[in-house]
Amino acid sequence: MFIVKYRKIFFAISAVLVIVSIAMVFARGLNFGIDFKGGSLTEVSYKDIRPETSELQTAVAALSLGDVRIQPAGERDVIIRTKSLSNTGHSSLLTALSLDGKSLFEEKRFSSIGPVVGQELRSRAWVAILLVILGIVLFIAFAFRHVSEPVASWKYGTIIVIALLHDIIIPTGVVALLGKDVDTLFIIALLSIMGLSVHDSIVVFDRVRENLRLKKWREFSETVGKSLEQTFVRSINTSLTIILVLFALYFFGPASTKDFSLILLIGMFFGTYSSIFLGSPLLVTTKMLQDKKGK
Amino acid sequence: MWKTRLAAIVLLVAGIGIGYFVYASEGALHGSRIVPGSATLNRFPFKLGLDLSGGAHLIYRADLASTTPSERKDSMDALRDVIERRVNLFGVAEPLVQIESGASDREGRLIVELPGVTDVNKAIQLIGETPTLEFMKEKSKEEIDAYQKAIEAFKKDQEAGKNPPITAELLAGPFEQTGLTGRYLKRATLEFDQTTREPIVSLEFNEEGAALFASITKENVGKTVAIYLDRNLGNFEPISAPVVREEILGGKAQITGKFTPEEAKGLVGRLNSGALPVDKMELLSTETIGATLGEKAAKDGVNAGMYGLAVVAIFLILWYRLPGLLAVIALGMYVVMMLALFKLIPVTLTAAGIAGFILSIGMAVDANILIFARMKEELATGKTVSDSIHEGFHRAWLSIRDSNISSIITAVILFWFGTSLIEGFALTFGIGVLVSMFTAITITRTFLFALGVQENTGVARFFFGSGILNSFLASRASKASEATEATRS
Repeated sequence: MFIVKYRKIFFAISAVLVIVSIAMVFARGLNFGIDFKGGSLTEVSYKDIRPETSELQTAVAALSLGDVRIQPAGERDVIIRTKSLSNTGHSSLLTALSLDGKSLFEEKRFSSIGPVVGQELRSRAWVAILLVILGIVLFIAFAFRHVSEPVASWKYGTIIVIALLHDIIIPTGVVALLGKDVDTLFIIALLSIMGLSVHDSIVVFDRVRENLRLKKWREFSETVGKSLEQTFVRSINTSLTIILVLFALYFFGPASTKDFSLILLIGMFFGTYSSIFLGSPLLVTTKMLQDKKGK
Repeated sequence: MWKTRLAAIVLLVAGIGIGYFVYASEGALHGSRIVPGSATLNRFPFKLGLDLSGGAHLIYRADLASTTPSERKDSMDALRDVIERRVNLFGVAEPLVQIESGASDREGRLIVELPGVTDVNKAIQLIGETPTLEFMKEKSKEEIDAYQKAIEAFKKDQEAGKNPPITAELLAGPFEQTGLTGRYLKRATLEFDQTTREPIVSLEFNEEGAALFASITKENVGKTVAIYLDRNLGNFEPISAPVVREEILGGKAQITGKFTPEEAKGLVGRLNSGALPVDKMELLSTETIGATLGEKAAKDGVNAGMYGLAVVAIFLILWYRLPGLLAVIALGMYVVMMLALFKLIPVTLTAAGIAGFILSIGMAVDANILIFARMKEELATGKTVSDSIHEGFHRAWLSIRDSNISSIITAVILFWFGTSLIEGFALTFGIGVLVSMFTAITITRTFLFALGVQENTGVARFFFGSGILNSFLASRASKASEATEATRS
C-alpha cells in the first residue's frame, strides 16, 4: 500500500500542519467568547436605517463602559460587545444605541455573563476534554486487550490519541487564524471531532486486529496496508456523508451554529486524513522501532 | 422467509405509525388540515429551548454562607419555591426555575428560564426585588443616647442651612440586629381586629424562627422590637415598632400599624414572596433571545436537516443502490423515531441540539456503510449474495460496536459538562447513536432478508454492488488485485 510505503511524506505533512497550527495559536492568540471570559453581547436590529458605527461609538462612549466593540452585522443589525452589564447598564446601553430614541430597533438578543461563570465554564471545558481523552484511552486499551502481538494494545491507544490531538489541534489553529470565538460551541465541536476521530481510527484498527488473527499476510506492514486498503473507501464514504450534512448545516442551518459546523467540517476533513494517512502508518513505524530495539 | 417478511412489514407499519404520530402531534406540520387524533396528540409538542422559542435565561447566585450544610438543600428548595411564585406572577407559559450546584458549598445556583419574555429588565426587577424583613432590638442605653444626640445635632445643622454628613452612627439607628429575618418566616396572613376592624398582619415563623423569636421577646420585655422592611434598599423607618409585653412562645407575631387594608394586603404579599430563605441573591448572567431570531433559527435548523437528509439519501442510493435504498428507508425511520422520542421524553431542542441531531444523521449512515462495504467485499470474493449479506452484518458488527461506544463516551461526558446548551447537544447526539445502532442494523437487516434475494444472477449482483461505476468493473479490479496477490505469494 503506497500510504504505508510513503508514510514519511504523510508524517511530514501532518507535522507541518500541527506546528503551523500551534504557531497560529501562539501568534494570534485565541479569542475567547463571552461565555468563557465573561462580558456582554447585545445584538439589535434597526427598523429603518442603521446609524453609522462611528455615531454609535460616540453615543456608547459617553457611558464609559470600558472596552466596547461595535460591529455591524447583516443588513440592519449591530453587535455590541462590552464587559458584563448590570440591569441598569443594559438599559442605558439600549438608550444610547437608539441615539436617545431617534433610531428605533428591536433587541434580538442580549447576553451578559459574569466573569465567575466564565471562569468556571473554562475549567470545566478543560476537564471535559481531558476526561474524553482518558475515557477513550481506557476504552481502547480494553477493546484491544487481546491484541498484544506483535504490537501491545496500549500502543494502539497511544496512536489513536496522537491522531486525536492532530485532529483537534488543526481546527484550533484555523480558529486562531480566522479569529473566530472560542466558546462553548467550539468546545462541543472539538469534543465531537474527538469522538469521530476515534470512531474512524477504531474502524481501521479493528480491521488490523481481524487480519492479524486471520494471519493472511506474513509482514506486519503488509497486514496494515491491506487493512487500510479494505477500509479506506468506507472511511471516505462515512466522512463524506457527515461532511454532506455539515455542509447543509453550514449553508442552511441557524446562524448560531455556523462557526460550529465550520470547525466540525475542518475537523472531519483532517480526522479522515489522519485515520488513513497518520494512524495506520504510525502503527507500522511503532512496530519497526520495536523490532530495532529487539535486535 | 415469511417470518422475516412479516417482521419487515411490521417494522414498516410501525415506522409509518410513528411518522403519523410526529405529523399529527405537531400543529405546525399539518397546519389547518384536519388530521384525526391531532386533538389528543397535541399534548406532545416539541419542546423548544430558549434559543429557538425566544426568551430569557438568567443565572442567579444565592449566598449560603450563614446556612449550615444540612440546611442548604432545604434553603435552595425554599428559594426555588419563592422565585417560582414570583415568576408565575409574570404570566409566562412554561417558566422553569431550577437548582444547580454552585462553585462551592457556600453558594447555590438558580437558573430561571422565561420563554417568550424579552423584556428582561422587567423580569429581573420582578425576580430580584428582594424585600428583606428584619426584626431589630433596642441597643444599649448609652448607644441610644449617642444616637439621639447625633440625630439632634444633625437636625440642628440641617435647620441652620448646613449640609451635615450622614455618619455611620446615624445610619445604624437606635436598633441592632437580632438575627431574626424574613428567612425564618413561614408565612404572613392578613387579619382584621375583631373590634376596631383595623388590619393586622399575622406572622408565623418556622421552628428555628419561633425559638429565636421567643428568646428575643424574653430578653426584651418592656422594650421596643422594631420591624423593618427593605432597610437594605434605604427604608430606614420601621414599619412597626411594638413594645414587648411578655415572652412570646409558639412563633406567632402580629404587626399592627397605621396602614390601610390595601397597604396591609400588599405587605402580606411582599412578605410572603420576599421571605427569601437565603442571605443574598445576585444575578450572575443573563441571556435573552428575541422571538424573531429564535423562530428563524428553528426554521433554519429544520431546513438544514431536510437538505442534509436529502443529500445523504441521494448519495446512498447512487453509491449503494438497492441496499442504499433500504438504508434510506432505515434512515427515514431513524428520523421519525428520533423526532417521536424528542416529543415523548421530552428533549428540549436547542440550535446545538438540532446540530447534534443532524450530525447523528451522518453518523447513523456509518453503520450501514460499514456493513455494505463489507458485503461488497464478500461479494467480490465470489460468495453468493445471501451469504455476503450474512457475512457483511456479522463482520461489521465489532467495528460498529466499538466505534459507537467511543461516541457514547463522548456524549456522556458532554452531558455531564453541563450547561443547557451542551446538554441539548449531548442528549440528541447520544440518543441518536443508540437509536441508529438499532435502525441501521436491525431494520436494514430485516429489509434485506425480506427481499429474499436467492438467485445469484447478474441483476442481483448489480443491485447489491456498489460504486458509481458498475460492479463489473469493481469485480474485475478486485480479481486483478487477487491475481497480483497470488503472483506475489
